[in-house]
Amino acid sequence: MAAKTLYDKLWDSHLVRQQEDGSCLIYIDRHLLHEVTSPQAFEGLRMAGRQPWRLDTNLATPDHNVPTTKQERSVGVDGIEDPVSKIQVVTLDDNCDEFGITEFKMQDERQGIVHVVGPEQGATLPGMTVVCGDSHTATHGALGALAHGIGTSEVEHVLATQCLIQKKSKNMLVRVDGKLGKGVTSKDVVLAIIGEIGTAGGTGYAIEFAGKVFEDMSMEGRMTVCNMAIEGGARVGMVAVDQTTIDYVKGRPYAPKGEHWEMAVANWQNLHSDDDAEFDHVVVLDGSKIAPQVTWGTSPEMVLPVSAQVPNPKSEKDEGKAASISRALEYMGLEGDQAITSIKLDRVFIGSCTNSRIEDLRAAAAVVEGRQVAASLKQALVVPGSGLVKQQAEAEGLDKIFVAAGLEWREPGCSMCLAMNADKLGAGEHCASTSNRNFEGRQGFGGRTHLVSPAMAAAAAIAGHFVDVREMI
Amino acid sequence: MQAFTQLTGVVAPLDRANVDTDMIIPKQFLKSIKRSGFGPNLFDELRYLDEGQPDADNSQRPLNPDFILNQARYAGTRILLARDNFGCGSSREHAPWALMDFGIRCVIAPSFADIFYNNCFKNGILPITLLDDDVDALFEQTFATEGFALTIDLEAGFIKGAKGNDIAFSVDAFRRHCLLNGLDDIGLTLEQSDFIKHYEQKRQAQTPWLFGA
Repeated sequence: MAAKTLYDKLWDSHLVRQQEDGSCLIYIDRHLLHEVTSPQAFEGLRMAGRQPWRLDTNLATPDHNVPTTKQERSVGVDGIEDPVSKIQVVTLDDNCDEFGITEFKMQDERQGIVHVVGPEQGATLPGMTVVCGDSHTATHGALGALAHGIGTSEVEHVLATQCLIQKKSKNMLVRVDGKLGKGVTSKDVVLAIIGEIGTAGGTGYAIEFAGKVFEDMSMEGRMTVCNMAIEGGARVGMVAVDQTTIDYVKGRPYAPKGEHWEMAVANWQNLHSDDDAEFDHVVVLDGSKIAPQVTWGTSPEMVLPVSAQVPNPKSEKDEGKAASISRALEYMGLEGDQAITSIKLDRVFIGSCTNSRIEDLRAAAAVVEGRQVAASLKQALVVPGSGLVKQQAEAEGLDKIFVAAGLEWREPGCSMCLAMNADKLGAGEHCASTSNRNFEGRQGFGGRTHLVSPAMAAAAAIAGHFVDVREMI
Repeated sequence: MQAFTQLTGVVAPLDRANVDTDMIIPKQFLKSIKRSGFGPNLFDELRYLDEGQPDADNSQRPLNPDFILNQARYAGTRILLARDNFGCGSSREHAPWALMDFGIRCVIAPSFADIFYNNCFKNGILPITLLDDDVDALFEQTFATEGFALTIDLEAGFIKGAKGNDIAFSVDAFRRHCLLNGLDDIGLTLEQSDFIKHYEQKRQAQTPWLFGA
């Protein structure tokens, strides 16, 4: 039998039928829903008189629009001050109630960002196909699952048929060898990868992340990397199953139990690429050479080590690239050749589906402990990824460390990653953000986003500008 | 879904790479629970000089005169000419809904982001991938000729109206079939229900923990 990649294996085991024209019907094991991309899909079902094909594969939670202040959250949905946001959250509640779909509602302690909640609950498992109407669904590939984002029409398609019509992607291997230096985290790894391949480098590919750096990485770290596969253009990012994966999944509420657990673990042992499997494209990085990263522009590929200087369009020979650098610098209010450490910050955001898990909060707390947020900063937010992450952090006393240092400790949700709730940047404000996109206006109209790791965001909060976190730990 | 067979229309040139879906339709408009009405906010941050709000009267807002869709020569555009990696970022289907609502039914670019590309076909929009040189030539002609228009013939697989020869393009057979006939692909998939049920039985025997949890 021909050697297979992890992606080949996951694809083959979910192939319902291949049509003569090459399009494939792929079976979906887990469908996650949130309030932004699902209302029109439910409406579509109603208009066509259709019912969900299989209820038990669906799991919903509101995340994008939910407020993160205690005050608004304490009174439940009625506490959402923005009436338009409120309608969207209420609509999700109503749709889940009407169709019988399990939902962790806003007041449920299990509520949170859908990509934090899935793995945390054991609702996303190795070997599954996982989809959600959100491009950061690749996160779940960290568990050795085939996971990707879909649009609303496909949300409706999965609800109605449990399948998607797909074409197979090509295989890409991103191998990061060696050992990461102190203070260098999974976020720096994925930003460095995107800097290398570009935001369209993974278009048309499913990326498998492998190598010593990933073998050594925690599940939380693997999720951070897979989460941002889409920022490298790939819908799918994944990591092979190993003991770290199995230890992470064991005992979670939705994970298999007893005899099924033994069967599942035996099945999952095969979820890795065969030794002689061939990839269409291979990228290799040396992990020991990766430094803490900071994005300076308006695309995730506009990223450099913290010690670097912002590029100067005058030094760029390619006309198109020079124009794109100029445009980005103008939007970001930066000068060519300016040191990244000279960029002053107005706000800091620690959170999002990329970096709001317990390990992220621990890393940030370790940096701010016993220090004070710079007086020049308008706000520093810490937004845990789920109610359970929040509980865990509080049990460890992290909330007290943040508050003592002058950061705000909030309720779980997507928050300032995309500013669909009240947490947003003002025009012209610079933000050190642990989120995933630095597009124009992403965190608020005219806002200027710099993507960094939680440790780097925490260090920037203390200094009021970017600093190399390695000098602080 | 509205079928797409032939389209003739004015071409508008959006001369920048990596146009993301946040740019196509900013987040504050995603709070709608409908599929329609996004057209006035297509490219909101490029098109207007102030910050858009879901309930604002867009006709009263200050326009950015430098943006193509505000220029008389591109009025009534049906075809958007774009650069590499168009539609990158979020999976929001509000992006093609906004294009459609505005009247744009075809986007031509050297490359598209995967999810956006797929979302277009679900909404009667045809994304066409052409070689860099062909796209460059179309940009030149669009800038050079006021009212420059093209005819897209999906059935034949040709773009007509450009200088020189007609430009051939190809689209995956299944997507082409659905677009030409305006087919609802949920209905098509449900015709294969027996195959899905058969798969489920087999899968349940192999991986029982994935069922009825």
